[in-house]
Amino acid sequence: MLSRTAGDLFWTGRYVERADFTSRLIDATLRLAALSSTYGGDVGAWSGALAAAGVAQGYAERHKELSEAAALQYLSLDTENASSMRCCIERARNNARAVRTALTVEVWEAINTAWLDIQRFGLTLENRPALTRLVENVKASALAFDGATHRTMLRDKSYWFLRLGAALERADNTARLLDVKYHLLLPRDEPVGGSLDYFQWTTILRTVSALTAYRHVYRDSLKPWLVADLLILNRRMPRSLAACMNDAVRYLDLLAQDSGRRGPAHRAAVALSGRLMRGDMDAIFRAGLHEYITAFLAENNALAAMVMEQYQF
Amino acid sequence: MARKPAFDEMGADPVRSPYAAVRAWLDETPPDYLHTRHAQAELFFRRIGITFAVYGDSQADERLIPFDIIPRILSRTEWTKLEAGLIQRVTALNAFLSDIYGPREILKAGLIPPELVLRNPQFCLAAIERRPPHGIYTHIAGIDIVRTGADEFHVLEDNARTPSGVSYMLENREVMMRLLPELFDRHRVAPVETYADMLLGTLRSVAPPHCEGEPTVVVLTPGFHNSAYYEHSFLADKLGVDLVEGSDLFVRDDVLYMRTTEGPRRVDVVYRRVDDAFLDPLVFRPDSLLGAPGMMSAYKMGNLAIANAIGTGIADDKAIYSYMPEIVRFYTGEEPILRNVPTWRCREPESLAYVLDHLDELVVKEVDGSGGYGMLVGPHASSAERAAYAERLRADPARFIAQPTLALSTCPTLVDAGIAPRHVDLRPFVLTGRDGVQIVPGGLTRVALADGSLVVNSSQGGGTKDTWVLDD
Repeated sequence: MLSRTAGDLFWTGRYVERADFTSRLIDATLRLAALSSTYGGDVGAWSGALAAAGVAQGYAERHKELSEAAALQYLSLDTENASSMRCCIERARNNARAVRTALTVEVWEAINTAWLDIQRFGLTLENRPALTRLVENVKASALAFDGATHRTMLRDKSYWFLRLGAALERADNTARLLDVKYHLLLPRDEPVGGSLDYFQWTTILRTVSALTAYRHVYRDSLKPWLVADLLILNRRMPRSLAACMNDAVRYLDLLAQDSGRRGPAHRAAVALSGRLMRGDMDAIFRAGLHEYITAFLAENNALAAMVMEQYQF
Repeated sequence: MARKPAFDEMGADPVRSPYAAVRAWLDETPPDYLHTRHAQAELFFRRIGITFAVYGDSQADERLIPFDIIPRILSRTEWTKLEAGLIQRVTALNAFLSDIYGPREILKAGLIPPELVLRNPQFCLAAIERRPPHGIYTHIAGIDIVRTGADEFHVLEDNARTPSGVSYMLENREVMMRLLPELFDRHRVAPVETYADMLLGTLRSVAPPHCEGEPTVVVLTPGFHNSAYYEHSFLADKLGVDLVEGSDLFVRDDVLYMRTTEGPRRVDVVYRRVDDAFLDPLVFRPDSLLGAPGMMSAYKMGNLAIANAIGTGIADDKAIYSYMPEIVRFYTGEEPILRNVPTWRCREPESLAYVLDHLDELVVKEVDGSGGYGMLVGPHASSAERAAYAERLRADPARFIAQPTLALSTCPTLVDAGIAPRHVDLRPFVLTGRDGVQIVPGGLTRVALADGSLVVNSSQGGGTKDTWVLDD
């Protein structure tokens, strides 16, 4: 496979995943922000969302003040934010277009339709109902894209690079989302484990559609360390860091079998996945959740760079 | 000036026999149904992204070519004659190219003024004495045909460089079969989908003689900003080969390689959709990144086949075109089966005088122009436009040729108001490999959608139709 093709597929997978994550993040943050007035105090829901999307700095450079409307615009349709849903869909589509030959007609149609759909929303967010439609639209687009890849693509290099990109992006997103809890500083008089705390953790689970999963797995009320356990170590949870790394290792295995060669990226992924498998929640909390996640994000980034290095894209 | 009415391919009374079933279908089908199907076809094209880019039109960087759902039909008898003419013509074109970059017999015989070839901007110095594998130059040719009467077919243009539109030929058929299966029940339409296999066979057959094993074929595109990018990716997909850009390629020890996730892989045949001038910065334009430095040395050393070969552009030249009857006779020893459109070469003083006197009747074109750009359609131009064009003509007559405005045949076409005749042309795609010349039965029919317009180019708002060859 052409190295450029591998790279474009990898990034197509990443951008679709990122668009989907942003749509979920917006959805969940809206709920949290709506609650905040009832519960008093500025929860900084939107600053948390911007941080989770990894665009807090970009936003701050463009806007003096934090407002819900500006944050929504920035995350949804803004062309100045390379990670806005619109930009992600556009980039995914441009990458896919450059490698159409590596995709099935259904996969291409899914991403092309997503791009045609999102263009109908224009460049500026009109109103709340438009936002709701947009968010639903992007989620549906990502599902259609994943479904098309799953159902129609040959299980070969094209598929593995696409999924590898999605797995690394997903791990990155989940880690950032967890870290938001660190950014969401509780008001001083709000007790840990109080209702606001509870809603914040709920929001995190909602973002990754894991609220029901939580109940199934733990049969317990919401506890921060259990939420963290679900999203970091639980391999049954498809967005957990452990599950994502497990997937990444699998795709790298398949790529290695195909070429008959293992490389540094492969070894790094195996090491990272192994540590997650042996991970222990108590130890993670003792060392500090934020520190743990910061370290993971760095390693995940380095892994992506090694993949690019190894396959020369 | 009174012109004879255009030939109606369907015929009114009586309807011409190949169109009988379509006529009956049009009569019994409510207009709403046709418009619905038409809208579905456009949606289909939009969804699969069958688009082209229009240069200088940033608003519409991706545009659909309008598609008409009423097929253009040729009988097998008509096709058989056309096919023989096309094979003859492309055989002659290849012999001509091989000759002018080699012994130049035709110039020695005095049939074409030598300066017209040797000083032609399209005459490629780098192609001299670099015989392509198996001596084939134009592997893929698109010959534009117009019809003016029941038995009158003329060649309007020979596209011998990188003719485009074949993806539309194939996709038009695809969408027709999906949307109007009832029409295919009533007809025996010759298939065109063998084109991809035929093209791959052609490309493999021209691999350099000492290529070992299965030759590796790639399609080279300038990238997705190119107007025909959709076609490039479509072809690579149908051929099952890699679609490469210049940055994917490199040359080492006179061998062309592409960069893959498993390391370098040798390339034997490049179906390039990049013009000569951009193929190799070491030989042509030094600022080009669309090809690969060293590609020409790989070609020269016999390690690489390029389709179409470099230097074929001269056969696209409209002044050379005017000599095609002589070229066909010279290389095949036969009378041309397909006629040229009568052509005045403005480089000849008497012709120039005639053209200047009859600008209101003629179409004047730049010899190296394409895509309908830079031409004057005399009868449709204002007197100011004609005067301005006359200035350009006088300033550099050798750059122009002129042809009568032909009454191009018309085909029934769905327009807002219903079904109306619209002018059409036809571009069949002619493949030349080591084992001879092949053509799938059909081609791209282009249709001028505006009432009375003769301009069918997609860049000028023309549309396309499916083209059927029917077994009688």
